[in-house]
Amino acid sequence: MSSPSIQAHNLVKTFGNFTAVKNLNLEVQPGEIFGFLGANGAGKTTAMRMLCGLLKPSSGHATVAGFNVSTQTEHVKKNIGYMSQKFSIYDDLTLKENIQLFSTIYGLTSAQTQERMKQLAIQFELEDKLKNLVSTLPLGWKQKLAFSIAVIHQPRIVFLDEPTSGVDPMTRRQFWEMIADTASTGTTVFVTTHYMDEAEYCDRVSIMVDGQIQVLDTPQKIREQFSAQTMDDVFSLLARQKKTNPKQIL
Amino acid sequence: MSALAAFVKKEFLHIFRDKRTLLIIFCMPIALVMIFGIVISTEIYDAKIAIVDASSGIRAQQLIEKINASNYFKIVSHLRSSSNLEEIFRSQNIKLAILIPQNFDKDFQNGPPPYIQLIADASDLNVATTLIGNITSIVQAFVEENSPPSASLPPFQITTRMYYNPEQRDVFMFIPGILALVLMIVSAMMTSITLVREKEFGTWRLLSSTPLPSPIIIVGKLIPYFLLSAINSCFILGLATSVFGMPIHGNPFELFLVCLLFILTSLSLGIFISSITHTQQAAILASMVGLFLPTTFLSGFIFPIENMPAWLQPIAQIVPAKWFIEAIKRMMLKGASLQHVLTQIYVLAGMTVLLLTISIRRSRKQAT
Repeated sequence: MSSPSIQAHNLVKTFGNFTAVKNLNLEVQPGEIFGFLGANGAGKTTAMRMLCGLLKPSSGHATVAGFNVSTQTEHVKKNIGYMSQKFSIYDDLTLKENIQLFSTIYGLTSAQTQERMKQLAIQFELEDKLKNLVSTLPLGWKQKLAFSIAVIHQPRIVFLDEPTSGVDPMTRRQFWEMIADTASTGTTVFVTTHYMDEAEYCDRVSIMVDGQIQVLDTPQKIREQFSAQTMDDVFSLLARQKKTNPKQIL
Repeated sequence: MSALAAFVKKEFLHIFRDKRTLLIIFCMPIALVMIFGIVISTEIYDAKIAIVDASSGIRAQQLIEKINASNYFKIVSHLRSSSNLEEIFRSQNIKLAILIPQNFDKDFQNGPPPYIQLIADASDLNVATTLIGNITSIVQAFVEENSPPSASLPPFQITTRMYYNPEQRDVFMFIPGILALVLMIVSAMMTSITLVREKEFGTWRLLSSTPLPSPIIIVGKLIPYFLLSAINSCFILGLATSVFGMPIHGNPFELFLVCLLFILTSLSLGIFISSITHTQQAAILASMVGLFLPTTFLSGFIFPIENMPAWLQPIAQIVPAKWFIEAIKRMMLKGASLQHVLTQIYVLAGMTVLLLTISIRRSRKQAT
């Protein structure tokens, strides 16, 4: 197997007295869909931001696409795509303008941009919407667009921060098909979610509680380990174990 | 640098697709110039006055004609006695009454020096003061013209010349202030809003996950506002000279350079505000309190700094617009060159550097 896409070793992030992420250890292989689960406030977003080179780790070591996240942020950023939890594409630009902007930012030539735009438009069924202002589109389409932008430069790893929150079940399904398509081309997908049923779409998942990874395995093995029917049950079990913390609501 | 170009283009699209932004950038300057240049004017023409002429002499008649001939006053009431003057103040809304005593003509010929009495409506103090000033100069001119050559001259005479603004046009005082206000709104408020909007909508986080360095992002966002402000300053100066006849005695190119410097100061103020606020509303509020109130009231634009209480004067010194207005007035009206306004230039440049340093430090702190 080739070298891992993401490697984290004892990654720690503290804000003052508060430790948001405690000794994070994980390894994600190329082409894998890795589900990064946890309740709100469990430290998912903080961990993800460190891996994207947006936040400097307090201690520990991590590489993404082979580059150190605290010293080689520039290289890390060139090799990743990012889609944030809040829908964050420019509403007052058209789909085409959004795609052009980000492909230029990632250094694609205009010929490459044209070609990628065509590909993505077909792949994500955006063709007849390209000239529409983003604000006129329903949320599902916006999410598709945000995803196309995250993969516009064919990154080696794409980070998705709760990409399906607030989307109807039908669109969520379509979205996961898009993710599977992308992973099949060798792109690593690192995705956070709080919809436990979505964990089943992932090759492996980790569940984070209080800044620490409690479980990390394939969804099937995790269910077996906890002798649970669904991932949701696993999550409830984990939450019950840690009743002392009032933040464990889900 | 194609990424920067793409970014600037995107920013222009934001501006041109938002009607409110367009309105603020292009219509507000015209509105402000017109409001201050035409509507708000301390020059008063055709003020309604009453004449109470108890003398009915020729001299008195000549004086009244002279007053009537000036376009400052309009005589709406002609009386013999002052008995129901108050009623006329109330019913005809006159601003001033001029009382000419019975022996005006006689005193005019062979002393004692004649006197006239002015009664002004001080419920509007500024108007009253201006009218008294106007009538005094008319009466003085009349006395000088009509004194018999034999009459003894006063021990000395004062001749006044108003340099740099001989016609005392107050629009000349307002234009530099309006320029400062418009540049503040477009450069400081609009940029702080557009920067904070990226934070609020989460696009800032998306942008920072790209390889684009954050200074480039900020520069890309500022370039359109810098250009629009530069165009705006030319536009306002053009209006000032063409419509209001304000002179530019200094070098117009140097004047433009000072405008560009002030735009940079305003942009850094915008960056600073965006670094201390997280929502667009907060940015607007901070701009209102931190920029417009001081620019309007403490910069010497409307109220002279010399008239402010002693504790307020030092505060006025840290208002960037104060220094800009000073420099602009000197260059336009007195024909000062860059060397003459070096202090103002250094202060504005110093403020820019200071604001940028603080903002960069703050954003670095947030990133770790």
